[in-house]
Amino acid sequence: MAKIKSSKRINQFIAFNLFRLISFMVVAILFLILGFIIVRGASAISWKFLTTNPIDGMTGGGILPAIVGTLCLVVGSMLFAFPIGVLSGIYINEYLTENWFKKFVRSMTNNLAGVPSIVFGLFGMALFVHDLGFGDSIIAGSLTLGLMVLPIIIRTTEEALKSVDDSLRIGSYALGATKLQTIRRVVLPIATPNIITGLILSVSRVSGETAPILFTVAAYFLPRLPHSIFDQVMALPYHLYVLTTSGTDIEKTRPIAYGTALVLIMIVLIVNIFANLLRRIYNKKLK
Amino acid sequence: MSTIKVEARDFNLYYGEFQALKNINFKAEENTVTAFIGPSGCGKSTLLRTFNRMNDLIIGVRTEGETLVNGVNVYNKSVNVDDLRKQVGMVFQKPNPFPKSIFENVAFSLRVDGMHDKSIIEEKVVTSLQKAALWEEVKDKLKKSALALSGGQQQRLCIARSLAIEPSILLMDEPASALDPISTAKIEDLIYELKKEYTIVIVTHNMQQAGRVSDNTAFFYMGDLIECDKTTTIFTSPTNIQTQNYITGRFG
Repeated sequence: MAKIKSSKRINQFIAFNLFRLISFMVVAILFLILGFIIVRGASAISWKFLTTNPIDGMTGGGILPAIVGTLCLVVGSMLFAFPIGVLSGIYINEYLTENWFKKFVRSMTNNLAGVPSIVFGLFGMALFVHDLGFGDSIIAGSLTLGLMVLPIIIRTTEEALKSVDDSLRIGSYALGATKLQTIRRVVLPIATPNIITGLILSVSRVSGETAPILFTVAAYFLPRLPHSIFDQVMALPYHLYVLTTSGTDIEKTRPIAYGTALVLIMIVLIVNIFANLLRRIYNKKLK
Repeated sequence: MSTIKVEARDFNLYYGEFQALKNINFKAEENTVTAFIGPSGCGKSTLLRTFNRMNDLIIGVRTEGETLVNGVNVYNKSVNVDDLRKQVGMVFQKPNPFPKSIFENVAFSLRVDGMHDKSIIEEKVVTSLQKAALWEEVKDKLKKSALALSGGQQQRLCIARSLAIEPSILLMDEPASALDPISTAKIEDLIYELKKEYTIVIVTHNMQQAGRVSDNTAFFYMGDLIECDKTTTIFTSPTNIQTQNYITGRFG
């Protein structure tokens, strides 16, 4: 092999190590945040913490209602956003021809993705809470959060479908399959793992967003589990905010706030791990 | 007098403003192999794709004249395009097996056609793989992924896949151009065997292949069908000077 000029070799060395350093930094930041929360919040975690209601002006007890509330909102928003988002993505990518309308829809979807979450909250309050009369409720919160993540699901579905090679669709048509059969039997199975990624991303967003739930569902203090979708609920991100800034005794509730943050991060992590497992199993089936 | 399986009558095709096929008149008889030859961009693949209306998938295509399969104009209102594609199989230049098992690849067209009976599906899968000269190599690993096969095997799998639905016509668009010489030879032998049951039209850039494999050859140039005759005639004493020039390598 020809000898590379030493100045070029030095440049390569610097560049590669710079990239290495930056990569490590990114990982380090993640561990730093995790570590920070774990160290300060671990002391609050106990079985009681996870399964009982807050007491003594939320300076003691657990955060069960907030956990349940967040889970309700995740399920509710996904029930709304996932089918609509995936079907929209399929329609846009598989049925629309490349014309002005398709470009318009794409650009509108991107714009929707850029709307600040608090604006979604305001919209949700106006439409779901007031005009449609749902009041502060799980259903109002779920619909608002669902709207917020809808563009994410649409976009990731579109990308997932785009990544399926067209030669496979053509092969399917040549065998006499209709468009719908081709989508169901050839395209979707291949795109599914990436669509699931979109689902994970959305679940993470929904679990952690505070602004949209501020005026559509979140309760300051509601020490009971919801009875119906028209009930208000507590939620983890809002509970964290409340404990840190406007609780009855901020110093006393701080460890509980960290504990809440830890639970929130853990939920997101568990969902990620679970969904990645799903993807692995699915990919194995394809092999 | 044997049946005409595939036919074009005064057929013209436009991609937008560009005329890709000019007044094509062509006939292919049952159980023959016809080779379409000609330089790149001459329209041979375009004509091939008309026979199973795969050109429908391209935006801006306009046609005049008729293309007939089994005596029926393919653009006739009464023709269901999906049924047409089940009568006319197609194999592409680059093998495109689905990321499914070998079995499921071959069974695909049957399932899509509505067949549910497991034993019949199994039977047809085995028969198709035998006809495609692939059975011996894959009989022990039908559940393995099709993507694990070699290029030549994948192409034979694609052939088996299109045979499963029992078409009477097979269209092949440069089926061996992406394959190594040994796989190419296997495919050519296969075509010779398949001719007994099917009518085959094959587009090829390889003139030696056309000479080896086909009964009739059609030479295309810039959208025109210059000459169509018995392969031996085309290659030894063509009528048209352009054909002569192409055959002898003067251009293309």
